[in-house]
Amino acid sequence: MDTFLQQIINGLTLGSVYALVALGYTMVYGIIGLINFAHGEVVMIGAMVSLSVITALLGAHVQLPSVLIILAGLIVAVLVCMTLAYGMEKIAYRPLRKAPRLAPLITAIGMSIILQNLALMIWGRNYLTFPTLIEPTPHNILGASMTDLQMLIVALAGLLMAGLVFIVQRTRLGMAMRATAQNPQVAGLMGIDINVVISAAFVIGAALAAVAGLMVMTYYGIAHYYMGFLLGLKAFTAAVLGGIGNLAGAMLGGILLSIIEAPGAGYIGDVSNICGFPCLGDTLQEKCTASDGQLSLFGSNYQDVFAFFVLILVLIFRPSGLLGERVADRA
Amino acid sequence: MNRPRAKSIPPKVWAGVVLLALALALLPFVAAFAGQAWVRILNFAMLYIMLALGLNIVVGFAGLLDLGYIAFYAVGAYVYALLASPHFGIHLPFWVILPLSAGIACAFGVLLGAPTLKLRGDYLAIVTLGFGEIIRIFLNNLNAPLNITNGPQGVNLIDPFRIGSFSFARPEVVLGVAFSGPQKYYYLLLLITIGVVVVNLRLQNSRLGRAWEAIREDEIAAKAMGINTRNIKLLAFAMGASFGGIAGAVFSATQQFVSPESFGLFESIIVLAMVVLGGMGNIPGVILGAILLTLLPEVLRYTMEPLQNALFGRVILDAETIRLLVFGIALVAIMLYRPAGLWPSAVRKRELEVKGGTA
Repeated sequence: MDTFLQQIINGLTLGSVYALVALGYTMVYGIIGLINFAHGEVVMIGAMVSLSVITALLGAHVQLPSVLIILAGLIVAVLVCMTLAYGMEKIAYRPLRKAPRLAPLITAIGMSIILQNLALMIWGRNYLTFPTLIEPTPHNILGASMTDLQMLIVALAGLLMAGLVFIVQRTRLGMAMRATAQNPQVAGLMGIDINVVISAAFVIGAALAAVAGLMVMTYYGIAHYYMGFLLGLKAFTAAVLGGIGNLAGAMLGGILLSIIEAPGAGYIGDVSNICGFPCLGDTLQEKCTASDGQLSLFGSNYQDVFAFFVLILVLIFRPSGLLGERVADRA
Repeated sequence: MNRPRAKSIPPKVWAGVVLLALALALLPFVAAFAGQAWVRILNFAMLYIMLALGLNIVVGFAGLLDLGYIAFYAVGAYVYALLASPHFGIHLPFWVILPLSAGIACAFGVLLGAPTLKLRGDYLAIVTLGFGEIIRIFLNNLNAPLNITNGPQGVNLIDPFRIGSFSFARPEVVLGVAFSGPQKYYYLLLLITIGVVVVNLRLQNSRLGRAWEAIREDEIAAKAMGINTRNIKLLAFAMGASFGGIAGAVFSATQQFVSPESFGLFESIIVLAMVVLGGMGNIPGVILGAILLTLLPEVLRYTMEPLQNALFGRVILDAETIRLLVFGIALVAIMLYRPAGLWPSAVRKRELEVKGGTA
């Protein structure tokens, strides 16, 4: 039972990071219907920039509390990512707003390749280690352990998500965003500057992505120019799982995906353990004895398979995701 | 109704066809001046033409966004690899496996298509993406407890294509002309590619092709016109997948080595980029896109370092990084300047112009 709770805690931590990234996908998708393939790279750039700032500050022997150092890295990363997303939208997506639907998808892919290789040029090919500034002290919760780093990640992610919901539901900008998502033309007629709204969606998403980048880097302790790809893929999956274009869906999807994925992979290994089967061949019998009766058809290597499998199952029964509305066909 | 019979083809067209055939026949020898590597690149260009045409059926004709198309390529490649290598000790001939590869890939196409037909646009995209990853992860991990795919090491020593004792893998002198291995494969690939192109051209103007386009433009209207949208969409998946399977089997025979690494998501994305960049739904455009995106990174590989030497007197950035960077920039730039692709179909172009004029 305590391992189960442990899995849930780990899942919750990673899930809140996924959710932050998923929000960026879902906001952009909700407003202009574009899968922003380069969003994962924005996360990576956020992580890399904050790492550079933090290492530079540490190297300069500035006597600052580590919280301030991290905060400085975070602020710089957020600013860089916001500028990056603004520029990206302006250069690669805005001119294609009336183009065939797949054209901006290809520029997004192009942008993703560009950012990855720029990062490769700047930060190199190797894994970069993140200095341990926050010593993870574990706390005991009902028999499972949760470090204060994990708590910080979950709390900060929760705070940011609450802030985003506040912006979208309660402010003028949020109202403009919702109106643009419903119908850009009419929103324009009502005096909303659509370009500003769309830029805002990109910029806010990028800010969240930068925070997520720093979080995932502190959590795993490493950063790499390729880290954005898988993270972006997972987050996008999470966004679709919850119902793309839906903020609550993105949060639910992110947390659900990581909670399902980690323990799921463990259980599927137990379930598919074939040593209990009666009529095994001789070779399999030998392998079973060699591995102490732990020979499963699907081990933890299949973690990603499991995540995608759940996604496919959910979409078969709920074609617009868990919280997605059933939209009428857009002509 | 009597359709007017094909008029005798004017001699100019004949001359063009003969010239094109001659150019295609001599191309591997011209390329060989620059090195055998370029003949291999030509072969890859043809493999990508087949893949792009297969994906074009799904994305270009039927309008279903597929981000996991490379899975079918992988299935075809592994079918050939397992049935013609010492891995299982089975050595079936190429022409037996080719239809098998196509058939099994087709079955996988139906397997993916059947449960996902209800999904729309981008939901379909993510499911196909997931499917592609699932196939790759399975190929990567099916070496334990039973060794089926040999895991990340891949399958080695795959049989080359051979007719009798005439193997395509080694160089040979035929009628006084020396042929290298890749050059011989070039002709095999050319034959199969021409076959695939002809089938695609015939498909586009068939009843089925028109049904696909109707579904792409407006699914509900197509249904109202009596098109069985479910079956027709399923058929798009199945046919697209079988072309992928054929390309995979040929890839296996050409390379004589397959590993899961060749079938990542990036490959799927590149094939999609070929289709969109060339001009979705337009066969010559798609072929152009495939050739361009295969050649561009290779040309960059060979020109970037000399170029830097000439400009700055030294190599500042290594060729691998900068060539991908330039590749990314090219993708963005081409899409920005030609949003409908380099060579869009006439219908699509007209539509865009009308829309642009009124909006």
